Amino acid sequence: MTLTPALQEIVDDFAALDDRDRATLLLEFADDLPDLPEHLQTAAMEPVPECQSPIFLSVDAADPAAVRLYFSAPREAPTTRGFASILHQGLDGASAAEIAAVPSDFASTLNLASVVSPLRLRGMSGMLVRIKRQVAEQTAG
Amino acid sequence: MKASKKPVALRRYVIHTLQRIGPYACDTGDAQLTGGLRVTPPDPKPWELRKVPVELDPNPAFAAYAHPERLVSADWLSAHLGAPGLKIIESDEDVLLYDIGHIPTAQKVDWHLNLNDPTVRDYIDGEQFAELMRSKGIERDDTVVIYGDKSNWWAAYALWVFTLFGHPDVRLLDGGRDAWMNEQRETSFDVPEYPRSDYPVVTRDDAPIRAFAAEVREAIGREPLVDVRSPQEYTGERTHMPDYPEEGALRGGHIPTAISIPWAKAAAPDGRFRSRAELEEVYAGLDPQTPTIAYCRIGERSSHTWFVLTHLLGFPNVRNYDGSWTEWGNSVRAPIVTGPEPDGAPAAE
Repeated sequence: MTLTPALQEIVDDFAALDDRDRATLLLEFADDLPDLPEHLQTAAMEPVPECQSPIFLSVDAADPAAVRLYFSAPREAPTTRGFASILHQGLDGASAAEIAAVPSDFASTLNLASVVSPLRLRGMSGMLVRIKRQVAEQTAG
Repeated sequence: MKASKKPVALRRYVIHTLQRIGPYACDTGDAQLTGGLRVTPPDPKPWELRKVPVELDPNPAFAAYAHPERLVSADWLSAHLGAPGLKIIESDEDVLLYDIGHIPTAQKVDWHLNLNDPTVRDYIDGEQFAELMRSKGIERDDTVVIYGDKSNWWAAYALWVFTLFGHPDVRLLDGGRDAWMNEQRETSFDVPEYPRSDYPVVTRDDAPIRAFAAEVREAIGREPLVDVRSPQEYTGERTHMPDYPEEGALRGGHIPTAISIPWAKAAAPDGRFRSRAELEEVYAGLDPQTPTIAYCRIGERSSHTWFVLTHLLGFPNVRNYDGSWTEWGNSVRAPIVTGPEPDGAPAAE
């Protein structure tokens, strides 16, 4: 189980900061989340009833050497956006094998438990698990 | 990629922090309102106000509610920003929302990081609550206005926790964060720093407004239970909210005899509370004088319902079962009913 170089760099960045700056860095990631490409925007608008933090996630593993990831979350959900953005910057363009090798509990290595609470961090693990599952399904057989 | 631009961004942040030495740091001219260190014994009905430091919102839209003094409008709050004895708290589901802009002078209280005990599944105790209040500069006699995202779910939850400690004057901003932001009102990035207060240590008093699993079990067939989750969670079709499997339960369904009144029926599309007349219709199946217990998944949506029943409709005896479905649906041998009907109490064992 290993991190992609980009993901490792993000872990190192967070490790070098104190809690206050970690929160700021997470907000910067939230700001950096790119908008969805046009062909995905309609699907993202499907409402999810009672969903706490609506997150749209799309995985394209047509090229297993460079998997593309697309996320969308509203501006009013900066924590969710931040998590999505970390996964986007850390995994977009990585190979299916690299993504499969990322430990599912990667979120716990970001030192964010005291900033956003361990409960919320599990939200990021949930996203990662879904990415890994979709990559595995799309590249199977 | 990220590393190359991080230093620039963080430098910007440091400058921003320096600008924070702010107008709000000297904003507590409320010496005449503070009674010094005075331990107030828990009040049997902690929501009954004894003293109101900041004038009430005379908004006619609130007049019909049982306790209009528990609500303020965005207009009122805007006009009272900086008033002595007023403290504003933002409490959200998304813990970083406060940091992307908040109501000026507001401070953040996070339900998970600040109000829950970090080890035991319980709330903080009187010492910890007093320390939290002191660190925020909140006096026992201060008027606390709480607002948040998601139609005030977490704000209502925080207000309920403040009530466990009998904080006398705590109110909600009707419509929550959205009511403020949608009207393009002033927002701020400044994190105010108030001088520490001498908030007294008050023993948490759970009994009047908090129910535990054993009490809920006793209540089956005797006291009305209200399940405020979505219909899919009530029937058992779904054991958690979409995308939140970590807050799920091993079993789906509802507590026997519980009737389904989803919390959202009390909220208008803009997040404000529905009118008294509308609320009376929504909760027509409940008798105001009968003790009632509300629950949801982890106790936040049922805090919203608790607020509505207690403060807007004036039910004198409503408790929130904060263990809710994440406790009940995981408990061995806890009786469960699936499907759309409440069904009766199980036969005696």
